[in-house]
Amino acid sequence: DELAKNAAYIGTPGKGILAADESTGTIGKRLASINVENVEENRRALRELLFTAPGALQFISGVIFFEETLYQKTASGKLFVDVLKESGVLPGIKVDTGTVVLNGTNDETFTQGLDGLAQRCQKYYEAGARFAKWRAVLKIGTIEPTELAIQENANGLAMYSAICQQCGLVPIVEPEILVDGPHDINKCAAVTERVLAACYKALNDHHVMLEGTLLKPNMVTPGSDSPKVAPEVIAEHTVRALQRTVPPAVPAVVFLSGGQSEEEATINLNAMNKLKTKKPWSLSFSFGRALQQSTLKAWGGKAENVAKAQEAFLVRCKANSEATLGTYKGDAKLGEGAAESLHVKDYKY
Amino acid sequence: MASASLLKTSPVLDKSEWVKGHTLRQPSTSAVRCHPVAPSGLTVRASSYADELVKTAKAIASPGRGILAMDESNATCGKRLASIGLENTEANRQAYRTLLVSAPGLGQYISGAILFEETLYQTTIDGKKMVDVLVEQNIVPGIKVDKGLVPLAGSNNESWCQGLDGLAPRSAAYYQQGARFAKWRTVVSIPNGPTELAVKEAAWGLARYAAISQDNGLVPIVEPEILLDGDHGIDRTFEVAKKVWAEVFFYLAQNNVMFEGILLKPSMVTPGAECKDRATPQQVADYTLSLLRQRIPPAVPGIMFLSGGQSEVEATLNLNAMNQAPNPWHVSFSYARALQNTCLKKWGGRPENVKDAQEVLLIRAKANSLAQLGKYTGEGESDEAKQGMFVKGYVY
Repeated sequence: DELAKNAAYIGTPGKGILAADESTGTIGKRLASINVENVEENRRALRELLFTAPGALQFISGVIFFEETLYQKTASGKLFVDVLKESGVLPGIKVDTGTVVLNGTNDETFTQGLDGLAQRCQKYYEAGARFAKWRAVLKIGTIEPTELAIQENANGLAMYSAICQQCGLVPIVEPEILVDGPHDINKCAAVTERVLAACYKALNDHHVMLEGTLLKPNMVTPGSDSPKVAPEVIAEHTVRALQRTVPPAVPAVVFLSGGQSEEEATINLNAMNKLKTKKPWSLSFSFGRALQQSTLKAWGGKAENVAKAQEAFLVRCKANSEATLGTYKGDAKLGEGAAESLHVKDYKY
Repeated sequence: MASASLLKTSPVLDKSEWVKGHTLRQPSTSAVRCHPVAPSGLTVRASSYADELVKTAKAIASPGRGILAMDESNATCGKRLASIGLENTEANRQAYRTLLVSAPGLGQYISGAILFEETLYQTTIDGKKMVDVLVEQNIVPGIKVDKGLVPLAGSNNESWCQGLDGLAPRSAAYYQQGARFAKWRTVVSIPNGPTELAVKEAAWGLARYAAISQDNGLVPIVEPEILLDGDHGIDRTFEVAKKVWAEVFFYLAQNNVMFEGILLKPSMVTPGAECKDRATPQQVADYTLSLLRQRIPPAVPGIMFLSGGQSEVEATLNLNAMNQAPNPWHVSFSYARALQNTCLKKWGGRPENVKDAQEVLLIRAKANSLAQLGKYTGEGESDEAKQGMFVKGYVY
């Protein structure tokens, strides 16, 4: 079955996902941080830099595109999807259309994008996409996440997943619980378990084939305003949460980095893969900021820096590949900003 | 496993603090059930027994071993005794259970034994406590805690399982008597639907029972039996089983049940008893493993299948087929009829037959032990063992 095959492939040990699906607005913020203008050519150039980095694609099983990028080409005229295909990398596509505040809540949100989703998915499949992504967002507060927010987001994820599968796209199920807040790791664990249980209930009720899905959760960590803990502690709490909620039929869990620094995200993933416990799904990455940060800084928008930037990108790809095998020794050459926290309070994509 | 050490626990209480039927225990200080402002905010999956529950569950789910279900109610035990021409007296029930628990070396293949309440408080015919004999055999004593099935109002002639009233003090008393796990059997009937109502009630009842059990130191065995009755095919069973388990896990999570401290007792995915198309052990294994992979979180340590009317050999063959490759949970057995049938017949109520009957029990136990390890070859099985034990409309 194509869906199960593609989902399993994405979770191949040693590989993971590059999330390069920043919307036009969001990528604008990235470019602004290195004083580059937010025009189509610059956005194209950045993505070309990433996709053609020598030696990097062997560590990548999938790339998530934003719609614009799905149809873009290299400077020499080759479609990005073809560049990826040649290296055995599956193209993916972000299909949600952003979050909207839930009425009657304290700024909790639900995710839009179901209208016309089937037609859009068919188009994306024809353009070469083989998986999709939809980001639901929840936050931890005194009463949050509320039952309403959890149900609404779980249901949205389930409906999106069912539609994707009907169109041949493997859905990545992403219920991100934001790291913002003063809560401790136990609170994050409890909320994560509750949210994931609700997600899998909804997926089951919507008859989604779990073997043809992927999960993109947050790691279980203390809140951003809370003292940090060791990677092993994060690993134990995270894997335990998954053991309690994720059926083995799901082939891979591809973590989001959610504001952790490049190095932090890699080290935490590595700790999880070193843990000796029941892990019937592979544990890998789907990083955006945590793969691109030092690359971006090295590039600075200048053509003469492309090779240097691509080297920085390769360093992070290789490090994360090792992290999926539990063999990362923490010795990657840290580019500028690799250890810098990427947390932005109340982050809006 | 790291998880147990992450749970806050207070020490297990000294038994002397118990008064039978009443609890002197203070509410557990380690289980913070609600944040003062946010009732849904903070949930901690722990009771003061967390570590012990995990340890017990793991002990029962040990390689090469499974559960002997000997918890037949007095009425049901009566049927068994009647089938070999014996009167249903306490003495006869005592004699039969003595035979079972004293089978020499039983603990090599059996990790847990489910008892009926009478048996939990009984002695063997030599005057030793049944629970002590079991513990000496390295077999964990368990206790059936449900109070049977009754008609479910508003349903399509379906049942629901009673037993929640007073379950907490009863469980505490059973713990004091030596039980360390509990069992609650509810049923779902495919010919009757099943209706949404029946499925939700079954799942919710199991979840409440599981939460109460853990709170009182008993590992709950979660048993939603999808009855064999019916002429439906294996695909229909699969569909219903997926729905039932999705509901069960959803409610277990809502009730903050700690999955590392439970065991499951599902029915295998097979065609209905009256379905013309039979299934091979391989097919049963494939469907059943798919069900488990799609619905059971790996935190659950053990899945102990019920036999539900399959013959002794069928039940062993199917279990063996499921253990041909490693699974994320211990996949084993919790058999009653499929372990006891031939043994009962061999005994026939005569003291001179006890040794032979115990031999037969050990043969079945060993066969299933091998099946758990995926090494059962089926050599030398008797005809008796191959006889099906399905009874239409079976009432325990």
